[in-house]
Amino acid sequence: MNALKISVAALVASTTFAGFAVAQSRDTIQIAGSSTVLPFASIVAEEFSAAFPDFGTPVVGSGGSSGGLRQFCEGVGENTIDIANSSRRIRAGEVEACNTAGVEDIREIQIGYDGIVFATSADQGDFALEPQHVFMAIAAQVPQDGEMVANPYTNWSEIDASLPDQAIALAIPASNHGTREVFEERVVLPGCEAAELPEMSEEEMEAACLAFRQDVVVEIAGDYTETLARLQSNPATVGVFGLSFYDQNRDTLKVATVSGVEPSLETIASGDYPVSRPLFFYVKGEHIGVIPGIEEYVQFFLSDQMAGAGGALEAAGMIPAPAEETAAVLEAFEGGESLTVESLGAE
Amino acid sequence: MANLDSTTTASAGTAVTAEERRQRVKKSLGARHRKERLFHGLGITAVVLALGFVAILFYDVLQRGLPAFQQAQVTVDVYFDPEVIDLGERPVQSPGQSPADYSAQLNGWLRAAALLNWNRLLETSIRTIVPEFEGDARDIAAIIDSSQRFVIRDAFTSDPSLLGQTREFSLLASADADNWLKGTIDRSLPDARQQLSADARALADDLLERGEIRFAFASHLFTNVDSRSAPASAGLAGAFMGSLYMMLIVIVLAVPIGVASAVYLEEFAPKNRLTDVIEITINNLAAVPSIVFGLLGAAVFINYFRLPLSAPLVGGLVLTLMTLPTIIIATRSSLRAVAPSLRQAALGLGASRTQMVFHHVLPITYPGILTAAIIGVAQALGETAPLLLIGMNAFVANIPSSPMDQASALPVQIYLWQGNENRNFFEARTSAAIIVLLGLMLSLNAIAIFLRSRLEKRK
Repeated sequence: MNALKISVAALVASTTFAGFAVAQSRDTIQIAGSSTVLPFASIVAEEFSAAFPDFGTPVVGSGGSSGGLRQFCEGVGENTIDIANSSRRIRAGEVEACNTAGVEDIREIQIGYDGIVFATSADQGDFALEPQHVFMAIAAQVPQDGEMVANPYTNWSEIDASLPDQAIALAIPASNHGTREVFEERVVLPGCEAAELPEMSEEEMEAACLAFRQDVVVEIAGDYTETLARLQSNPATVGVFGLSFYDQNRDTLKVATVSGVEPSLETIASGDYPVSRPLFFYVKGEHIGVIPGIEEYVQFFLSDQMAGAGGALEAAGMIPAPAEETAAVLEAFEGGESLTVESLGAE
Repeated sequence: MANLDSTTTASAGTAVTAEERRQRVKKSLGARHRKERLFHGLGITAVVLALGFVAILFYDVLQRGLPAFQQAQVTVDVYFDPEVIDLGERPVQSPGQSPADYSAQLNGWLRAAALLNWNRLLETSIRTIVPEFEGDARDIAAIIDSSQRFVIRDAFTSDPSLLGQTREFSLLASADADNWLKGTIDRSLPDARQQLSADARALADDLLERGEIRFAFASHLFTNVDSRSAPASAGLAGAFMGSLYMMLIVIVLAVPIGVASAVYLEEFAPKNRLTDVIEITINNLAAVPSIVFGLLGAAVFINYFRLPLSAPLVGGLVLTLMTLPTIIIATRSSLRAVAPSLRQAALGLGASRTQMVFHHVLPITYPGILTAAIIGVAQALGETAPLLLIGMNAFVANIPSSPMDQASALPVQIYLWQGNENRNFFEARTSAAIIVLLGLMLSLNAIAIFLRSRLEKRK
């Protein structure tokens, strides 16, 4: 009879657990999203709990910018996340999805900038890339004598004599990463423009620019360690990384210059290095006051000791935004300014 | 041989003589022995190969992971300088003050303490040890783990009488310093490819030479929670507790339900089409990939029952679902192995079916059921994929105090450390976590073997 008794006890226990779940309110902030923002958010979360002993340490999940925003827009309530990290701006479609699910009060917080770098294994040749080189390497079709032909290049030196004599192989972020959008907007599209495609309609042009060949391009859905593993298994690969990842692995990686500028905190902050992007997180206004500590977390994140120049996040590889910009963001947050489809469309 | 001869002669037909048969057998003997030797050899090769792979795995994991159990630690005398620690008295609850009022006052004081620059105390201490050091404060901060300033702060906030006194602390060196001293990053690389500045590297070497930095057992690997801002202090405590809660839930739910279903299906249920369908379904469920259970868990427990994300409770429920078929199948097969004569004897002596099952059949199967349960639990302990889908791969810097709190789990922690951007430091950490997880698995299996042999003896 023992087994029976135990199982009855277990059932009772499980129902009490479930009852408890509904009754108990969550007291830690739950965050998910971009794997680029994740290290920064985790650092702030830890420091936050050290500075505010009365709040629990926020829990930071990953899942990519799109994955995080999808979770964010699932609705309002304790089992949905409070904050979505994103390495790109939220899209109008995502705001609509949020609104449909009842999330009306979306507060946008821009926290700083991140640079995207091209890097190879440290023992490989030096790359001085131009956006056009990248486009010529990865496009499915390239212009030749005014016609679009299937990409004939197999070697970097065939594209430009200044590039190393090395087989073309690229590891780029997959579309679940916000990095992908920046890579396309800041590198591929300018490169495509510079390559002077033959006359065609705008849609055809964009499709031709963003059609990548599959034989030499690997799309990485995981995080940068996966890209690094690609570089180790095929040393000829050129990988796309965040600046902070490169910075922590300088002993194994060698960075390429883009348009003649070497990526660094200084060149990205000054805007000389072309491939950088703003980093964001989005706060669910409905949860402010329900989940304790959200307001304090945002203020703490934007404080000088975290996101400011010389703060903890700069040491971890984030490029701080100018102080006035951060102050404006904080003011907008505290003033309760929320994002709408219109305000996104206006820009 | 004699036996073979007698049979061949006995059955020898009229066409061939006994001598001819003996010749034929002798001729084929060589081939038969060769075949036997061949299969023997193949068997040994297979065993050697299998053991070889296991040995390579263990060697690789141990060789990478063992260095992480030793970590550079700095011994410093910290002087609690009243000029730096510019705080009022720690508030005391005065008579008549409401508890809420007092805790607000205390929190204010703690917050002010958190915002002090505790690194200045450390800088002074290091400069006293190495007076000739000329680098700036940043170099000193770079070789001590950034979480250690909170160790000093906590020592002070729990004992404010330290003000103006000196106390010895053993602090963790930073991950970069640990890498440098262990030579994880090639020491001959130029400045631009090193993580620490030249001054900081010289300081670390100097402190090691003076014996102020030494390599000690990294006990915080077991007592600390995960950390990103201070990688050197990252530990497994949070993940371990998360795994423990999940295992408790699996044991409390999966074992009784699994054993009860197996007993019912095997001993009481009528054999008809319905029970056949149930049996096939259970067998199929055992083969369902674990990630499917994760999707199910996310849909049912989180979206429908509204249980919290990243909670060991949800993880435990998902793993319970995954483990149930394994336990049911193993229990049924050990029930089936009980001799029918035992059942018949019990029934023949007038026992009811329930008495027969619970007094005679089940006690014999305890070793089998126990093994099934422990193997099921061990399998659940190592499961990662379903946990990723219910948010357990989040960064959690708390030790969960109940199964409802957010937590990570040991295998997920391995996954997270594997993806950490500080590769040089976390490669060893990841393998250290694997060693801990493997150690747990092996001890679970050892317990299973021990209990089984004890129970079998008692029988």
